[in-house]
Amino acid sequence: MIKIEINGQVVEAHEGDMLIDVADSADIPIPRFCYHKKLSIAANCRMCLVEVEGAPKALPACATPVTDGMKVFTRSPKARAAQKAVMEFLLINHPLDCPICDQGGECELQDVAFEYGDDVGKYSEAKRVVPDHDVGPLIATDMTRCIHCTRCVRFGQEISGLMELGAVGRSEWMEITTFVGKSITSEISGNIIDLCPVGALTSKPFRYKARAWELKAAPAIAAHDSLGSNIEVHTYHGKVMRVVPRENEAINEVWLSDRDRFAYTGLYAEDRLTVPMVKRNGRWEEVEWEEALEAVVERLKPFLNSPQDIAVLASPNATVEELYLLRKLTDALGVRRREWRLRQQDFRVEVPLGLKLGLDEVEQLNHVLVVGSHLRHELPLLNLRVRKAQLAGASVHMLNPMDYASTFDIADRLIVKPSEMVRQLAAVAKAAGAELPAGLSDVPVTDQHHAWAEALKQDKSAIFVGGVARMSRHYAELAALAAVLGEKTGASVNILPLAANEMGAQALDFAGESFNDMLEKGAKAVITLGVEPEYDTLWGERAVQMLEQAELVINLTPFANARAREYSDILLPVATAYETAGTLVSATGTWQSFKQVTDAPGDAKPAWKVLRVLGNVLDVDGFDYIHADQVLEEARQAVTEVGAEIAMPDTFVAGGELEVVPSLALYSTDMVVRRAEPLQQAAGAAVAETVSRLETEKVVLCCGETCVELPNRQDEAVAEGAVFEPVAIDETLTVPAVCAEVRA
Amino acid sequence: MSEKNYQVIKGDVKARIDRWISQYPADQRQSAVMPALRIVQEVNGGYLTRELMDEVADYLGMAPMAVYEVATFYSMYEHKPVGKHKICMCTNISCMLRDADDLVEYLKEKLGVDVGEVTPDGRFSIKKVECLGACGEAPVAMIGKEYYGNLTRERLDELLDSLE
Amino acid sequence: MAEIPLNECCYRLNHLDRSWDIDVYMANGGYEVWKKVLAGELTPQEIIDEVKTSNIRGRGGAGFPTGLKWSFMNRHAPGPKYILCNSDEGEPGTFKDRDILRYNPHQLIEGMMIAGYVIGANAGYNYIRGEFWEPYKRFDNAVKQAYEAGLLGKNILGSGWDFDLYTHLGAGAYICGEETALIESIEGKKGQPRFKPPFPASYGLYGRPTTINNTETLASIPMILAKGGKWFADLGVPGAGGTKIYAVSGHVEKPGNYEVRMGTPFKDLLSLAGGVWKGRKLKAVIPGGSSTAVLPAEKAMKMNMDYDSIAKAGSFLGAGSVIIMDETTDMVKALERLTWFYYEESCGQCTPCREGTGWMYRVVHRIRTGKGRPEDIEMLKDVSGKIMGRVICGLGDAASIPVASFLEHFEHEFRHYIEHGCSIYDRA
Ligand SMILES: Cc1cc2nc3c(=O)[nH]c(=O)nc-3n(C[C@H](O)[C@H](O)[C@H](O)COP(=O)(O)O)c2cc1C
Ligand code: SF4
Ligand code: FES
Repeated sequence: MIKIEINGQVVEAHEGDMLIDVADSADIPIPRFCYHKKLSIAANCRMCLVEVEGAPKALPACATPVTDGMKVFTRSPKARAAQKAVMEFLLINHPLDCPICDQGGECELQDVAFEYGDDVGKYSEAKRVVPDHDVGPLIATDMTRCIHCTRCVRFGQEISGLMELGAVGRSEWMEITTFVGKSITSEISGNIIDLCPVGALTSKPFRYKARAWELKAAPAIAAHDSLGSNIEVHTYHGKVMRVVPRENEAINEVWLSDRDRFAYTGLYAEDRLTVPMVKRNGRWEEVEWEEALEAVVERLKPFLNSPQDIAVLASPNATVEELYLLRKLTDALGVRRREWRLRQQDFRVEVPLGLKLGLDEVEQLNHVLVVGSHLRHELPLLNLRVRKAQLAGASVHMLNPMDYASTFDIADRLIVKPSEMVRQLAAVAKAAGAELPAGLSDVPVTDQHHAWAEALKQDKSAIFVGGVARMSRHYAELAALAAVLGEKTGASVNILPLAANEMGAQALDFAGESFNDMLEKGAKAVITLGVEPEYDTLWGERAVQMLEQAELVINLTPFANARAREYSDILLPVATAYETAGTLVSATGTWQSFKQVTDAPGDAKPAWKVLRVLGNVLDVDGFDYIHADQVLEEARQAVTEVGAEIAMPDTFVAGGELEVVPSLALYSTDMVVRRAEPLQQAAGAAVAETVSRLETEKVVLCCGETCVELPNRQDEAVAEGAVFEPVAIDETLTVPAVCAEVRA
Repeated sequence: MSEKNYQVIKGDVKARIDRWISQYPADQRQSAVMPALRIVQEVNGGYLTRELMDEVADYLGMAPMAVYEVATFYSMYEHKPVGKHKICMCTNISCMLRDADDLVEYLKEKLGVDVGEVTPDGRFSIKKVECLGACGEAPVAMIGKEYYGNLTRERLDELLDSLE
Repeated sequence: MAEIPLNECCYRLNHLDRSWDIDVYMANGGYEVWKKVLAGELTPQEIIDEVKTSNIRGRGGAGFPTGLKWSFMNRHAPGPKYILCNSDEGEPGTFKDRDILRYNPHQLIEGMMIAGYVIGANAGYNYIRGEFWEPYKRFDNAVKQAYEAGLLGKNILGSGWDFDLYTHLGAGAYICGEETALIESIEGKKGQPRFKPPFPASYGLYGRPTTINNTETLASIPMILAKGGKWFADLGVPGAGGTKIYAVSGHVEKPGNYEVRMGTPFKDLLSLAGGVWKGRKLKAVIPGGSSTAVLPAEKAMKMNMDYDSIAKAGSFLGAGSVIIMDETTDMVKALERLTWFYYEESCGQCTPCREGTGWMYRVVHRIRTGKGRPEDIEMLKDVSGKIMGRVICGLGDAASIPVASFLEHFEHEFRHYIEHGCSIYDRA
């Protein structure tokens, strides 16, 4: 540690730290625009100029390393003169249109100008006007306001790994742009809105909706993937208007995926359910809660004698409190047929989910093997951490049915169809010295497999098994082989949780029957919580049929689409994660509780409260909670230890000439996201087409007699013999990928 | 890099670019972006298109945006068609002191086009440029790759006549 | 006027037929030093000492002592290191390096080889501005000849030393003459200067230790080593050794490059260049390229062409690019052109330079087009003062200096424009 003096105050620092960081840690304000602690130092805005004793010129605090005994003045005449001069230059070409600017009230330029600027501008020439072009549905641009700090450009180069924005031209003509006709497609693009210190890059969905000072902000946890990003939800008159990241170094750092940022735009979709409804004689009636709950009791009663006729489907995005109460309630009723693993088709062996490494440890890895994952889309911010590891020297190997566009360098890849993935992974395991069961023990092992096995033997290596594997009919083999491989090489084995609370559902041991069995057996009565079976399962229409064939469907849901109104008998409007208190368990097993940010629209209530009252009206003991915390407390006690073992399945699923691979689009993951219009217009929305190497324009997919024809996009990135079929969209519901075959 | 179906970077053009690539460390293909842009601009009749820049980006393993940045930073790259003979008139101080401005006026008059425009027959375009580093021969023009110094109206007349 | 010795160092061969050929160069002692170096007869330390003794200051414009610069490099640091030659020659009024490239490329190559050897670099790049096609071809051909003669490449002349020399061609950007912009440009990026520290000596091309020198600086090295540092030092003045090429342009009878001894009186240089053209009177001189302060004739006529003397007169030797302006020169128009140049060539990254250069141009332009206002003069002084010293590279200062100096010496011409809407030479 060394000591420096800032404005006479002695501050401790590490030799070589940048002056601006040292001042920040001592709460001494230094204005800045280009500097951002997560980005490289550009030192181009010159706003942070300060006086350093002995230096002839004012020095930029962001790029000046501290040395022992350094004396710094941030408000001396020399520093002030420099800061004022820079401010004046920044403003001459700035439109100063704060009253109509969306950034007004939270603009770094406005704030700094107020503090450090002069009141009158002497500049009287015509101001620069920069043309704008449309860069997509998420980000609004007003480049005339740009102050060229290049934070957004550096974000693309350094953080997201997609250089979509650049500074073209030079001098005053330098322009930040995507270049004519190009839009922004990154899955984490919204971060540039936060990074932009002025109103040049703003949120398009939020545009003109409210002024910053009118908003109420409350902390929350993002509920659209398993990372558990910390967010702040901004409301206006009780409506969610915007979501921004809340800094948490251990989880999302300062970032947020676009899915978590913009999903809120789906909250007020037209089919939002706002009043309880009961179907009588085939007609829906809007009723009071009391009446609705009475109807639940009354209609459920006949089935309670044979609880095996009742099935429960819950969303893996539901909170710990919701899942716990639903489990407790149904347990009390003797119902065991519960499921949340909706996007899984292979239940041959138990697979414990979990990211065993902290996200900071992911950054430190030396080697990563990714098995069956479109990491960028599944967990965008985990992808960032892997990217950081790679940039720091880690090697990454990919075993996938498609060579997904990556934001970092892949050291080696095996791009093969799913059945072949099993054989390739088996070969790596064999190279690592594993004894393989008959059926796999004869796989040929090449130098490549040996190299992959060797790589995993390094210190700090990990295997990530992702969503593509989890949705596959070879999930059991892939998971089991990954486990064997981990055992033989010492690599940590991580089966990636995807939805917001899969870890919670697993910890609560919520599942009692596999979804396949449930479909097979059917149920007379079904309770669903936050599930749209046609989109949230891999079974499409067949899942809906199960509900249609049930005599009673009680549906606790925030939204009710036309199908839900057909198969449901009672619709109970519940809150989304934004409108309830609750707890989500992140991929790494962190329990994160959050308070209710705002009320759900209309009469919709938090699901935990609905379940609590249901417990009461059904006369179940122990449902007299007053506060969500009490539920959480109990849930914690109920957690069961999850075994680490993954057994090798005793049968192996054979491959085919052409294998249909279910593909879940970035913005098809859950019911809120699917309703977020801006996301549905963005690059990650589902497209009704197959993707394959086939040289045909169309592909016919059939389940038995039922067939659909989809346009085919030919893409060399897809493995030979694999045909990607989108799930969770209307066009493929009748022929879901779990059973689809390509018909010539 | 796999053999792709490039429109322009093939055959002799590819060989020329490869020669430049070879003079930088193997992991620094990007260093050849300036010569690559110059070469594809040349074979495209003197200006760049987005397709050409994208092709260069792909060939060198760069983000297309990184190529646009370079292609718009340096003034010798053109993004609009130019004349077969692009007449670059230096108008900076030393040439100005020796009446370069008058020559620009003369050229505009003679060719009937403004600075930045191409003559209808596509033969000429005029560009004002910064100091060409040949002020001892001011006023100076660069046409194609050649410098022409000590220009006067008469010399310009002769020069234009001699160019096809 | 006493006889002025000409062309004693970089241009010593320029009068010879095909002076750019390796045969001519070698017939005149070329590559002898290089051979001595390879034979181990001159150690890197001896070379640095000799260069220090020579008192040579960098010819690229900043005048940094070359021997000192070289001593910053750790020759034994592991990994690649680079020597770069700056042949960007973009400063208005400068055209000296072009003639080294055209007429004496081998001497530059030898200088680069030696510099590379001293700093432990096995590769060098000569950054030649893109417009210099003919000079590039000459240089490139000379490099080929040197390879053919076994003077470049692997294990040169059995010495165990490797050195490869390449050319990088620019594409039209003055800023690439700034050393870190030049590095960025070789790396295939926009030529935007880097913030320093770190300096190139520790973090240069591809992040490796790098030394950058101007063409004239490097081309002087073989002669310094052939004839001794003292010989070179004695050619100049106490503060700076050697000959210096002065590129004389503008209103003179015989514009061109004149390699004379450091400290030559300005008036002698002017006579060498044939004096002010058309028999007119001298009005003003920019002594070191457009970035240096303009001086009125009286001051210029009293100064000698060396750093100290020019500094005393109120300007800087810079790159030695002498721009002569006669009594008919409209100083407002001249400044308008210069402000446009810096405006157009600013790389655009620093706020004061990006915004300020345009501002200054617009105000001068307004004055020149008869729309000036009385407060404009103060404003120009204010704006130029506000850019200076607050930017990443020297361009911001370079843009401000002309504005400040034109106003210092010729404010009345600006006032005349503001008051009468025309130049002092126009009939109102
Ligand atoms: C805006 C700007 C332009 C420059 N242009 C040139 C140039 O064209 N040629 C050059 O040799 N040095 C130029 N320099 C100076 C270089 O940055 C550097 O100091 C020089 O090449 C070092 O070589 P030397 O020590 O041999 O002089 C320029 C500097 C600035 C700030
Ligand atoms: S001073 Fe000007 S040219 Fe230099 S780095 Fe800054 S913006 Fe670029
Ligand atoms: S914050 Fe330091 S220069 Fe921009």
